[in-house]
Amino acid sequence: MRRRAIVFALLGLILVVLTGCQQQYEMSVFDTAGPVAKMQKDLIWLAIYIMSFVVAVVTVILIYVLIRYRKKPGDVEPPKQMEGSLLLEFIWVIVPIILLTILAIPTITTTFALDKVQAGENVIDVKVKGAQFWWEFEYPDYGIVTAQELHIPTGTKVNLYLETKDTLHAFWVPRLAGKTDLISGRTNFMWFEADKPGTYIGKCAELCGDGHGVMDFLVVAEEPEAFQRWVDNMKNPKTQPTSPLAEEGEKIFAQSCASCHAVTGTDFKGTAGPNLTGFGNRETVAGYLKKTDENLKKWIKNPEEVKPGSLMPAVPLKDEEIEALVAYLKDLK
Amino acid sequence: MAAEQHATTGLNAGDRLRLGLASRTLEGRNKILGFWFFLGGESILFASLFATFLVLRHQTGDGPKPEELFGYGLVFVLTFLLITSSLTSIFAVNAMERGNARVTAGWLGVTIALGLGFLLLQIYEFYHYVHEGLGYTTSAFASSFYTLVGFHGFHVAFGLCWLTAVTVQVVQNGVNVVNAPKIFISTLYWHFVDVVWMFIFTVVYLMGSLGV
Amino acid sequence: MAKKLEEIAYPASPALGTAKRQGFWGWLYQWLTTVDHKRIGLIYMAIGIFYLGVGGIQALMMRVQLASPENEIFTGNFFNQLFTMHGTNMIFFAAMPLIFGLFNYIVPIQIGARDVAFPFMNALSVWLTFFGALLLNITWFFGDAPAAGWFAYVPLGLKELSPGPGMDFFVLGLQIAGFGTLMGAINFIVTILNMRAPGMTLMRMPLFTWTALISSALVLFGFPPLTVGLFLYSFERIFGGIFFDPALGGNPVLWQHLFWIFGHPEVYIVILPAFGIVSEVVATFSNKRVFGYPTMVIAIVLIGFIGFGVWIHHMFTVGLGAMVNAIFAVATMLIGIPTGIKVFNWLFTMWGGQLRFTTPMLFAVGFIPTFVIAGVTGVMLASAPADYQYQDTYFVIAHFHYTLFGGTVFGVLAAIYYWFPKMFGRMLHEGLGKINFWTMFIGFHLTFFPMHFSGLFGMPRRVYTYNAGVGLEFFNLLSTIGAFVMAFSTLLLLANIIYGFTRGEKASNDPWGTGRTLEWSVPSPVPEYNFAQTPLVRGLDAWWLEKMEGKNRMPVAEPLRPIHMPSSSILPFIMAFGVFVAGFALIFHHYYLTLIGLGILGIAMVVRSMNDDEGYHIPVEEIRAVEGEGS
Repeated sequence: MRRRAIVFALLGLILVVLTGCQQQYEMSVFDTAGPVAKMQKDLIWLAIYIMSFVVAVVTVILIYVLIRYRKKPGDVEPPKQMEGSLLLEFIWVIVPIILLTILAIPTITTTFALDKVQAGENVIDVKVKGAQFWWEFEYPDYGIVTAQELHIPTGTKVNLYLETKDTLHAFWVPRLAGKTDLISGRTNFMWFEADKPGTYIGKCAELCGDGHGVMDFLVVAEEPEAFQRWVDNMKNPKTQPTSPLAEEGEKIFAQSCASCHAVTGTDFKGTAGPNLTGFGNRETVAGYLKKTDENLKKWIKNPEEVKPGSLMPAVPLKDEEIEALVAYLKDLK
Repeated sequence: MAAEQHATTGLNAGDRLRLGLASRTLEGRNKILGFWFFLGGESILFASLFATFLVLRHQTGDGPKPEELFGYGLVFVLTFLLITSSLTSIFAVNAMERGNARVTAGWLGVTIALGLGFLLLQIYEFYHYVHEGLGYTTSAFASSFYTLVGFHGFHVAFGLCWLTAVTVQVVQNGVNVVNAPKIFISTLYWHFVDVVWMFIFTVVYLMGSLGV
Repeated sequence: MAKKLEEIAYPASPALGTAKRQGFWGWLYQWLTTVDHKRIGLIYMAIGIFYLGVGGIQALMMRVQLASPENEIFTGNFFNQLFTMHGTNMIFFAAMPLIFGLFNYIVPIQIGARDVAFPFMNALSVWLTFFGALLLNITWFFGDAPAAGWFAYVPLGLKELSPGPGMDFFVLGLQIAGFGTLMGAINFIVTILNMRAPGMTLMRMPLFTWTALISSALVLFGFPPLTVGLFLYSFERIFGGIFFDPALGGNPVLWQHLFWIFGHPEVYIVILPAFGIVSEVVATFSNKRVFGYPTMVIAIVLIGFIGFGVWIHHMFTVGLGAMVNAIFAVATMLIGIPTGIKVFNWLFTMWGGQLRFTTPMLFAVGFIPTFVIAGVTGVMLASAPADYQYQDTYFVIAHFHYTLFGGTVFGVLAAIYYWFPKMFGRMLHEGLGKINFWTMFIGFHLTFFPMHFSGLFGMPRRVYTYNAGVGLEFFNLLSTIGAFVMAFSTLLLLANIIYGFTRGEKASNDPWGTGRTLEWSVPSPVPEYNFAQTPLVRGLDAWWLEKMEGKNRMPVAEPLRPIHMPSSSILPFIMAFGVFVAGFALIFHHYYLTLIGLGILGIAMVVRSMNDDEGYHIPVEEIRAVEGEGS
């Protein structure tokens, strides 16, 4: 009876632990795609191994004690009272010190390694500016600004300089690197690198208001040539409407959107909101929704519903006007 | 009678008489020990206020800077008043130990008068700074200055009320094992307030006026 | 039916003051004016249990929203209010009051004293806690609740981004309660240092009392930075002071430092007492003294001490630099060592003992592996670069619920089951208790274990929804189910408490049979004066020692004589009420009303100072009568 209970408990434990072994973990810190995340993952695994050992030791002793020293009917006299054991105390002080030292040394070296501004051949700098509830990315070396999608070349170290336009935020792309906060009044530094091309989801990881939970962004890592093409396109984007509907949209944009949104190569220079150059190439709307026409319309019509607390006003537009806007935006490539 | 009731075992009558008047009863010893711990907590409180001031003191924005505001004269007078009042409070406690209620009340009264002088002068000082353009919301330096020194001033004001209440009780009931602890800890509080002022003098006024 | 309700509401119990027929108002007045540490302890515990419920409902609401990523039940700002109130209520108004309630009731009896050093201030402490909690929680009636998280980071919590009064309720409610907590800490420290019975040296004190001493020291030195921080926060919001807003020259990281210099000791404040409880319960139900008592004491002191030197680990991602991060990473890891000492000492207390799995023992034993998991995830979090991944994700939520719930709350539940008979003279239902334990244990792990994975697979904290299709649905669903299991278990606890009040089996002075410490030497429920005669303590586990020598009473250190007790007073309640009025008025910038509130406080303080109350005496005949019917 006792044994069966233990078996069930262990099975239950294994089940709970195995829940960790599903597929489809696109944002897992274990599914690393770059050296920084890998260094962090190695530390995580080292800690897990050491700590599993500790948990195992405690569990074994605990289970043994709970079974072996149950009060039995024959126990009338109290048991022998033990004051303690200096030897045992030594052991469970020294062994943890050793285990902690094993963890502490790579901790210290990695901490310093991650704080170094990367220099040399394959390095680019990006200025990240967080705002309620979107992300701006500026490339000082190329003179371009974009938003919501951070394009980077693979095999290149990216120095990130993090600032916020309002309150605190935090930049977190789990598969590429741990996070760093964006602190009002300061510039913070971190670096990362993507080994292979891919699209990685990024999250805001510091409470910043109503829309914090949906303040996602993307990191798009491309081969260096593809990245260069992207940069060139951002400097010289397509901005001409390709249909009468889109032309209508351009007029509406000038009236209702340009005060906040800029597009390179046009007269639209607003800076309060995300830069929309090349918006037609982006994968998301509002940073996290799949970019379908429907989602785009939803976003324009009622921003508050898509992103609570969004500072983008719900401009009163008729449905046909929104359709025109959508057509124009899709033409920004 | 009260002394016996409040006594703790482990102390014989001879031991008890060798202790100061404030420590003859359990209540008295509890109050004194408790008050020392309270002062420990207050020390951390003021340390936090000092830390805040040290962090923000260079953020003078468009407002006046400390070098422009602080003069030695006023601050010297303030310091003199407070230190002297600490001294007179010690005389009061000495008189208490000798059982002399009148002299105790007298020195407490002098302490209060000197402390009141400090407080009024400090209020005048703040008024003067406001006129020089240092309002509470002028700059981070201003806010942290007024908060730190203002908290100290509040402690002075509270201490004065407390010392007054204690003095009234001495006048009414004389000096005994019940109000001796009160006299002792209210003057202990007063010394603490004085020590904090020493730090304020150094960190705020001295360092400030030297532009450090 | 009415009689049944009356029985539940005012069960005939000297502990609850219903022995005499005095009507509702008389009964209420008795509780409002009490200066008895036992009554005050019960008030604290009632506050704690109430806000455990309030916070619990807030948690359930969040878990309902998070059960699926498609949900739009509680979103945006309202969700932010939910987790802010949940965290704030749980830490300040559930955990702290429950712990202070236990300190209040048990510690004076464990050291052979009749009350705490400052009974009047004790009452003031509990009423300040009551009114502070009330002030925070009435925020809902005046617009929005605070929504900047329980650590209220700036600039989000400042006036510009949080214009409503919610944050003011937060700051002032906590400030008021904080004063009560500080006073309570001084009270316990002086009581423990000055009022132990003859023969009880520090190294003969029960471990629960040791944790009360060190926790109180942590409060004394850890709360003032919060006090200052809250003053600055309120001055910035209400009077326009410039401290934290960088646009005006302030420094937002300053708030973080002030908050976490408090915040880290705070978590040791709430866990150390749980350690103390586990030590007591495990020793009692192993019928064996605690293994390594001196090392256990050293461990408690070390944890308290080191606890002041690790606060930066809450700020690893703030960009303070590699040197700072590295130093504090190592310091944080060090705390694992004294904690490990304690865990192994508990295991070896049980080794060679005669274990009885009563409900309190189940909770204490359930605590051990749970807290070990908490501790190891803590060490994982201590590694700064790894923490860059864990920080502000559900991994951290998992860790601190393992420590706070699996640690503190399990400890408190063990304490409730353990000491209920002492407090009320009746046993709780053992069968129901066991079901309570198993449902709570299973529900807890079901709720919080998956959160480790949610965090590692990309779910940040404080989000009302999460990315669909990346594997987070399953874990969130498990957590939601677990939360409801815990809610059900809590109802069982409440049912058991009601049962205990009304139908519980009568308890003797030592109902568990194997009690070791002084509280088991006095009748259950404990008489007003605690000890008819102050006991003489001859060693560690003083009561057990006497029992082993065949005695059934403690030797005494004084003759039987009239016992001096402090008088009740309505002044503490009035003082706290005055502060409440002032706080409330300040939120709405009604400065005159603020002064009136402070005036009420001031007048009450003067009245108290000028009025030297002599107390009263309990005559010997009454003592004899009580001792006769007890045990």
